[in-house]
Amino acid sequence: MNTTWSRFNITSIVLGFAFLYLPIVLLIVFSFNESKLVTVWGGFSTKWYVSLFHNQGLMDATWVTARVGLISATAATVLGTLAALALTRYTRFKGRVLFSGMVFAPLVMPEVITGLSLLLLFVAVGLDRGFLTVTLAHITLTMCFVAVVVQSRLITFDRSLEEAAMDLGATPVKTFFQITLPVIMPAIVSGWMLAFTLSLDDLVIASFTSGPGATTLPMKIYSQVRLGVTPEINAACTILIAVVAIGVIIASLANKRREVQRQLDEQAAQRG
Amino acid sequence: MKSLGSIRRDFAPWNDPNAKPYIQFDNVTKKFGDFTAVNNLSLTIFEREFFALLGASGCGKSTLLRMLAGFEEPTAGRILLDGQDLRGIPPYRRPVNMMFQSYALFPHMTVENNIAFGLKQDGMPKPEIASRVAEMLKLVKLEQFAKRKPHQLSGGQRQRVALARSVAKRPKVLLLDEPLGALDKKLREETQFELMDLQQNLGLTFVVVTHDQEEAMTMADRIAIIDKGEVMQVATPAEVYEAPGSRFVAGFVGNVNMFEGKIARGEAGSASIDAGNGITIRTDNAGTAGAGTAVTFAIRPEKIKVSSKKPAEAVNAIEGEVYDIAYLGDMTVYHVRLDDGQVVRASTMNAARITEDPLSWNDRAWVSFRPDAGVVLTR
Repeated sequence: MNTTWSRFNITSIVLGFAFLYLPIVLLIVFSFNESKLVTVWGGFSTKWYVSLFHNQGLMDATWVTARVGLISATAATVLGTLAALALTRYTRFKGRVLFSGMVFAPLVMPEVITGLSLLLLFVAVGLDRGFLTVTLAHITLTMCFVAVVVQSRLITFDRSLEEAAMDLGATPVKTFFQITLPVIMPAIVSGWMLAFTLSLDDLVIASFTSGPGATTLPMKIYSQVRLGVTPEINAACTILIAVVAIGVIIASLANKRREVQRQLDEQAAQRG
Repeated sequence: MKSLGSIRRDFAPWNDPNAKPYIQFDNVTKKFGDFTAVNNLSLTIFEREFFALLGASGCGKSTLLRMLAGFEEPTAGRILLDGQDLRGIPPYRRPVNMMFQSYALFPHMTVENNIAFGLKQDGMPKPEIASRVAEMLKLVKLEQFAKRKPHQLSGGQRQRVALARSVAKRPKVLLLDEPLGALDKKLREETQFELMDLQQNLGLTFVVVTHDQEEAMTMADRIAIIDKGEVMQVATPAEVYEAPGSRFVAGFVGNVNMFEGKIARGEAGSASIDAGNGITIRTDNAGTAGAGTAVTFAIRPEKIKVSSKKPAEAVNAIEGEVYDIAYLGDMTVYHVRLDDGQVVRASTMNAARITEDPLSWNDRAWVSFRPDAGVVLTR
């Protein structure tokens, strides 16, 4: 393998990373800007972070987003896992193809259409738009992602584990909770995290289905930016980036450690 | 006293007309869609028997085991265990445990929790579970691995955990699906004997599924040879080998030489078989086949002697040419091409280090055998 740094390699890497991260780096840098003008550097300062915590509107929106994310991700995980179970286990029921197509449709459906149709539904049934409707809409949006993640795990699941449990006297319900669920738990957790992240950064569907008093953080940021970008918003976004980045780093580190430990264990087992 | 094979058996309930069958397959048929996995099969297994279902992959033997465990229901027919019809009883209420081919160890549980799983389902008190688990760990010599997870064990150790887990509940019947399939040859041979000891000590009924005839021959009291969902023969290993009931069984178990022919002359079990091209075979094992019947004469390689000169006293001796020789250490295998083109396989134990009558490739040679050495097959 060629390990030297040719000029071509360096250029590609710099260009690639610049393309990906330059906007974000700019945003982070300007969140520490002393000046009120976003594009003019006026010296280092953390004052926008302080004022952020005094901005009641942003704090409320953060709280709404967190609640919507937690509730919708949890509900979507339950529904998505059930759908994945049905799709992998009961392969011969009538309308399976239709059902699986319908579960995965929101994956490719333009968000505008999902948002609009949900809005029409809520209006039709007379549901006042607010916290409840945006949560329901996010469940609809994220459920199929959970189903995809959990289904891919279930396909490789060794059914003889369940048979062994039943053979040893566990009823189907006990088998599910003591064997199936613990074994597929990592996939369910990643499905939940995916759902939570999707709910966290959704703007389009939330705009359609949210109402007064249930403004989510992306909606708040978007509406403020229309009045002009303030360093405060930069600060809010920087915190959001930090939270997501820390989450991703922790998850991948834990994954890596598990993998290394597993390899060590297997080597030890081979040696006897 | 004369006996088929080399083992004298005291345990033979299948010869006792008053013995009560323990497991009965009663005209069992199992269909998966259009495919018939098991076809109108009947089989009887006795208590404390080590019973092997032997067959090629896809012959339906695993389906039999899965029906006994309760994972599949027969399409037609009944399965009885100790007189009780098993139809409709789910796997978790059957007094039967199974050791899976893949072992199916629970990856998120330690070795001891794997073994304790079945006991916990029964609601056994904790101290009793602990002592039973300790006993099982000792039985399979894994005491120091109690706290390990399955992925921290070697293949052989996993196999032992699976075994300990499946016998922990003291089931009436233990089902083993290719129990040694994933082990290497040396470990497999050791484990065969351990399984036999275990079965003796616990006094359980074992039903083992295998495609490995050596494994079945070593371990089982009786073997059922299954082909295309039907039983070809049920017999002791020695009977299966020395007195196969059909061409299929003779060819499936061990090596065999077959001569097609017609009974030329026969009286009281003895017969001459005209095998064509001037070859006549004298045999004492013609059974009831009368003159003119088309038969197959089957003879095992180790019962054929190869020599450079025609043995003076031989009843059956056919001339040919040495075509191939394989020296295996403990024995030597000769392939002799008879003058009519048929190749006969003969194996000789190398009981002495030095042979008086060495043969080489392309030597003229005689194959000879006693009149009671082969069997006559009509099916």
